[in-house]
Amino acid sequence: MKGRPAPATGLLRRLDALGRAAFPTAAAALLMVLAAVPTGLPGLVPATALPCVFFWSVFRPATLPPPAVFGLGLLQDLLTFAPVGSGVLTLLVVGGLATRWRRFLIRHSFLAVWLAYCGMALGAAALGWLLQTVLGWRLLPTAPGLYEVLLTAGLYPCLAGFLTWMHLGMTEAEAAA
Amino acid sequence: MIQLSIPLRQALARLTLPVLIALAFGTMLLGKADALLAERARMALADLLTPIWAALQQPVTAVRDAVQEAESLLSLRAENARLREENERLRRWQAVALALEAENALLQRQLAFVPETAPAYTTARVVADGGGIYARAVLLAVGPQHSVRKGQIALDERGLAGRVTEVGGRSARVLLATDMNSRIPVTLEGSRARAIMVGTNGARPRLQHWPEGSAPQDGDRVVTSAEAAAFPAGLPVGIVRRSEGGAPEVELFARLDRLDMVRLFDYGLGGILPPESVARPEPRPRR
Repeated sequence: MKGRPAPATGLLRRLDALGRAAFPTAAAALLMVLAAVPTGLPGLVPATALPCVFFWSVFRPATLPPPAVFGLGLLQDLLTFAPVGSGVLTLLVVGGLATRWRRFLIRHSFLAVWLAYCGMALGAAALGWLLQTVLGWRLLPTAPGLYEVLLTAGLYPCLAGFLTWMHLGMTEAEAAA
Repeated sequence: MIQLSIPLRQALARLTLPVLIALAFGTMLLGKADALLAERARMALADLLTPIWAALQQPVTAVRDAVQEAESLLSLRAENARLREENERLRRWQAVALALEAENALLQRQLAFVPETAPAYTTARVVADGGGIYARAVLLAVGPQHSVRKGQIALDERGLAGRVTEVGGRSARVLLATDMNSRIPVTLEGSRARAIMVGTNGARPRLQHWPEGSAPQDGDRVVTSAEAAAFPAGLPVGIVRRSEGGAPEVELFARLDRLDMVRLFDYGLGGILPPESVARPEPRPRR
């Protein structure tokens, strides 16, 4: 007869839990650093940060608390040439809204979540455009923002696939513990 | 750890987001008030991450080379025909260049001409994309004991790429000529008219402010102008092309979408830097 494996004790279990709690933030930061490698595709860093923040805020908000989102936003602003603070505010707003609407979003299919994400990305681009226009005090063209929305909307399914796999793995590990 | 009551903890959790949003506004104001602080933070982070990016460079380059190899295999025949035609054309130019070189040497001898010394340059590797949605820039990995200064001019093997705007301990940032904040004084070689090349974030910067009566002609060669002492005269920039709307644009010689190495030239010039780099160019170190 095969039963459940004995749960790890003490330190190991705590390390395990810590690893699970830190994974979303660490993975998002790592993906953003990797996205900065020159590929000839500009604007990849913000396009990677947004799906990560949205996904974890919807499916596992406890592991991505607002301070972590703040840190990711700061990393994004420092990696890109954006005014410091604009990315922070955008990501905080997206994370906050996604957490607030998660009960509604979580019940729907992937396609509906993706559509919601596209709307959110459009809002985030508009907010980013507004902040950069106000902070730089000059009217910016809207085309780069729209390009960014398309890029991040296209990236979301690939990233969400990977993140869903991680999320399911973490859920399984939690059930076993 | 301090034990808090559950209602208090819930209230704190609810407060975190508004407080952090207020903090984000504070960060924005701080970044706006002290641009140097933001620049220093950027370069400190870039210095920290440069070794990681430099290590990643090799596999990324390998993949890109493999893709290019596959593409070139597909277009082998057309490429061969194009090269043969180009070779023929260049052979004619070579004859012209040799004749001109001989004539130039003769004239210089007659005039007792003192030649300018060739400017010194250092070569640096592009390791990361330093731009964002509204900015076009690249990060360079430079050695720990580098002599890179703000205001140096970056060229790839074909032409002008941009200018160094921020320098850290192990990295430097180059603002590309396509960036929205880039303004480069240029000369149109056909008419010797001066103009300003303005970045638009697109692949082709636009030409502005040319003198009346000497509008840029399609196919004109564009070189830098020594106006404002920001650039030496005569660096190759690109070729004038008309956009669909009829506005003159510059097709750059430099391949900014696939920069991997740039040459940083030190002309010892102290011209105007883009607005976000507040500090003036540092003086050239004494040797």
